[in-house]
Amino acid sequence: MFARLGRRLLAGLAVVLGVVTMTFLLLHAAPGDPVDLLLGPTGTAEQRAAQREALGLDRPLASQFATWLGRFARGDWGTSIAQGRPVAHVLAAAWPATARLVGLSLLLSYLLGIGLGAWQAARSGSRTDTALSVASVTLFAMPGYWLGLMLVLVFTYWARWLPAFGSAGFDSDYLSGTAWLVDRLRHLVLPLVTLTLIGIGGAARFVRGAMIETLSQPFIITAHAKGLPSRQVIIRHALRNALTPVVTLLGMSLPALFSGAVFVEAVFAWPGVGRILVEAVQARDYPVVMAATAVSAVLVVAGNILADVLAAWLDPRVRAASAT
Amino acid sequence: MTRLLRDRRGAFGTLILLTVLIGAAGAPLVTSGDPVTQRDIVATRFLPPMSTDVHGAFHPIGTDRFGRDVWTRLVYGARISMGVGVLAVLVSIVLGVLVGAVAGYWRGPVSITLLGVTDFALALPRVVLLLLLAALWRPSTALVVLVLGLTGWMSIARLVHGEVRALAARPFVEGAIAVGSRRLRVLARHILPNALTPVIVAAALGVGNAIMLEAGLSYLGLGVQPPTPSWGNMIASGRDTLVNAPWVATAPGVALVLVVVACTLLGDALRDVLDPNVRR
Repeated sequence: MFARLGRRLLAGLAVVLGVVTMTFLLLHAAPGDPVDLLLGPTGTAEQRAAQREALGLDRPLASQFATWLGRFARGDWGTSIAQGRPVAHVLAAAWPATARLVGLSLLLSYLLGIGLGAWQAARSGSRTDTALSVASVTLFAMPGYWLGLMLVLVFTYWARWLPAFGSAGFDSDYLSGTAWLVDRLRHLVLPLVTLTLIGIGGAARFVRGAMIETLSQPFIITAHAKGLPSRQVIIRHALRNALTPVVTLLGMSLPALFSGAVFVEAVFAWPGVGRILVEAVQARDYPVVMAATAVSAVLVVAGNILADVLAAWLDPRVRAASAT
Repeated sequence: MTRLLRDRRGAFGTLILLTVLIGAAGAPLVTSGDPVTQRDIVATRFLPPMSTDVHGAFHPIGTDRFGRDVWTRLVYGARISMGVGVLAVLVSIVLGVLVGAVAGYWRGPVSITLLGVTDFALALPRVVLLLLLAALWRPSTALVVLVLGLTGWMSIARLVHGEVRALAARPFVEGAIAVGSRRLRVLARHILPNALTPVIVAAALGVGNAIMLEAGLSYLGLGVQPPTPSWGNMIASGRDTLVNAPWVATAPGVALVLVVVACTLLGDALRDVLDPNVRR
C-alpha cells in the first residue's frame, strides 16, 4: 500500500515537473513578449533592452528556468509582470473563489448524480428511465458557457431574479451579516447551477451504467433470492459495489471541473483562477501563468492519487492487487 | 448497420449527424445568403426570427448585429465545426493507433517509453494546455485542429494497446506467424482490423468532444476567428446582444448540443452493437 503510494507520488511529481517544463518552453517559444505589451508601440530599443534585463528575460532559457524552479520550490513565486503585485497574492486572492465554486458543484453534482443514476438503474428500461437518460445526455452535451448564457437570459434579463456578474455586488463592502451573505449567495447561484447541471449529467450517466452492470451480477440475484427487500439490495449491495469506479471518476473529474470552471468563470466574470489564467496567458505574464499551471497540475495529480487511495480503501480487491 | 439503425439511439444519432453533414456540404443549396458579407446594417440588423427584411430576403432565425442571416451563418458554421471535429479526431486516431499498436506489439524499452509518454500526456490538464497553445500562437482553424488532435490521442492509444496485446497472444496470430508471415504484415492484416472496434466507439464520442472544445476555444476568442462563422464564435458574438437579440446566441448553442448529443448516442449505440457480449 505505502510502496504503491510512494510510486504514485513520485510519478505525480514527474507529471507536475513535466507540465511546468512544457509550459515554460511553450511560453518562451511562442511569439509575443511581455516587454512589448508593457512598453507599448512607443518603447525604444534601449528601453526594451533595459526592461528585459530588469525582468531577467535576457539570460539563457535554461538558467531562467532553473532560477524559477528553485524559487518556486522555496515558495517565492515572483512578481506579476502585468500587475506588479506578488504572484502569490494574485493567486491567493483568486483561489478561494474557484475552490468555492468547484468544490460545491463537485459535491452537489455527485450527490444528485449518484442518486439519479441509481434510481434510474433500479427501473432501467422504463419510460421514466428513458426520459431521464435523454435529459442527462443533453445536460452532459451542453457547453458550460452556453448553458450559463441561457440561464443569464432567463433568470437575469427576463425574470430579473439573480445577478449575472462577479462574486459580489458593488455595495458588498458596506453590507454586513445576513445582507452580505445573501448578496454572496445570490451571486453564487447561477455559476454554481451551471457547473452542477453539467456535472449531474455526466455522473448520472456513469452511475446508471455501473449500476446496471452490477445489478446483473450473481450476488445480486442471490440477495434477491434470500428474500431481502429490493430497496436494501439496491442500496446496500448494488450501489456500494457500483461506487468504486465512481470514485475513480471523481478523481478524474477534478481537472474536468477545473477546465469547465475556466469557461464558466469567463461567462460570469467570476474572479477565480481560470480567469486569471486566461488573462495572464494573453498578457504573456510569465510568472503568473507558470504559477497557475503549476498549482493546477498539483491539484489534478493530487485528485488522481486521492481517488486511487479511496478506491483501494473501498475495494479490498484493489488493495490485494497492489500488495503483491 | 441494420442493427445500429434498429437501436433508437443509433438511429437518432445517425439521422442528426447525416442531416448536419449534408446541410453543411450543400450549404449554398440550403441557403442563398452569404455568411460573411455585411450589407445595409442599419436596416437589417437584429431582425427577429421568421421575418422578412426590406430587400425581401427571409430570415428563419433572424439576423445578427451586422444584419447577417443567422441561419446562413449556422449552416456555414457547421462546415467549420464538423470539419474541425472530424479532422481533429482523425489526427488523434492516427497518432493513437500508431502509438498503441507499436507499444502493444513490440515489447521492451520502446513499448515502455511509449506507454510512459502516454500516461504522462494523459495526466496533463488538457484545457490548460489548449489555452496555452491556442493563446500563444496566432489563432487559426488549422491550429485548432492540430491542438485538439495532439491532446486527444492518449485514450485511443491506451485502448489499442490493450486490444493489440490481448490479440497478439491469440492462436490465429500464432498461426499467421507459423505460416511465415512477416511481423509487420501480421500486425497490419491480422491484429489491427480486430482491434479497431473500441476505436470506432471512441471516435464517435471524440468528435462530439472535439466540437465542444473547438466551440469553447472560439468562444474565448482563441479558436476560429471572425468573420468566419463557427458555432463557438457565434455564441460569443451573441453574448453581447443577449438582451435585444437572444436568438443569435441560442441558435448555435442548440445546434451544438444536438450534434454532441447525436455523437454521444451514436457512440453508445455503436458500443452495444459492436460488442458481441451484449448481443441481444
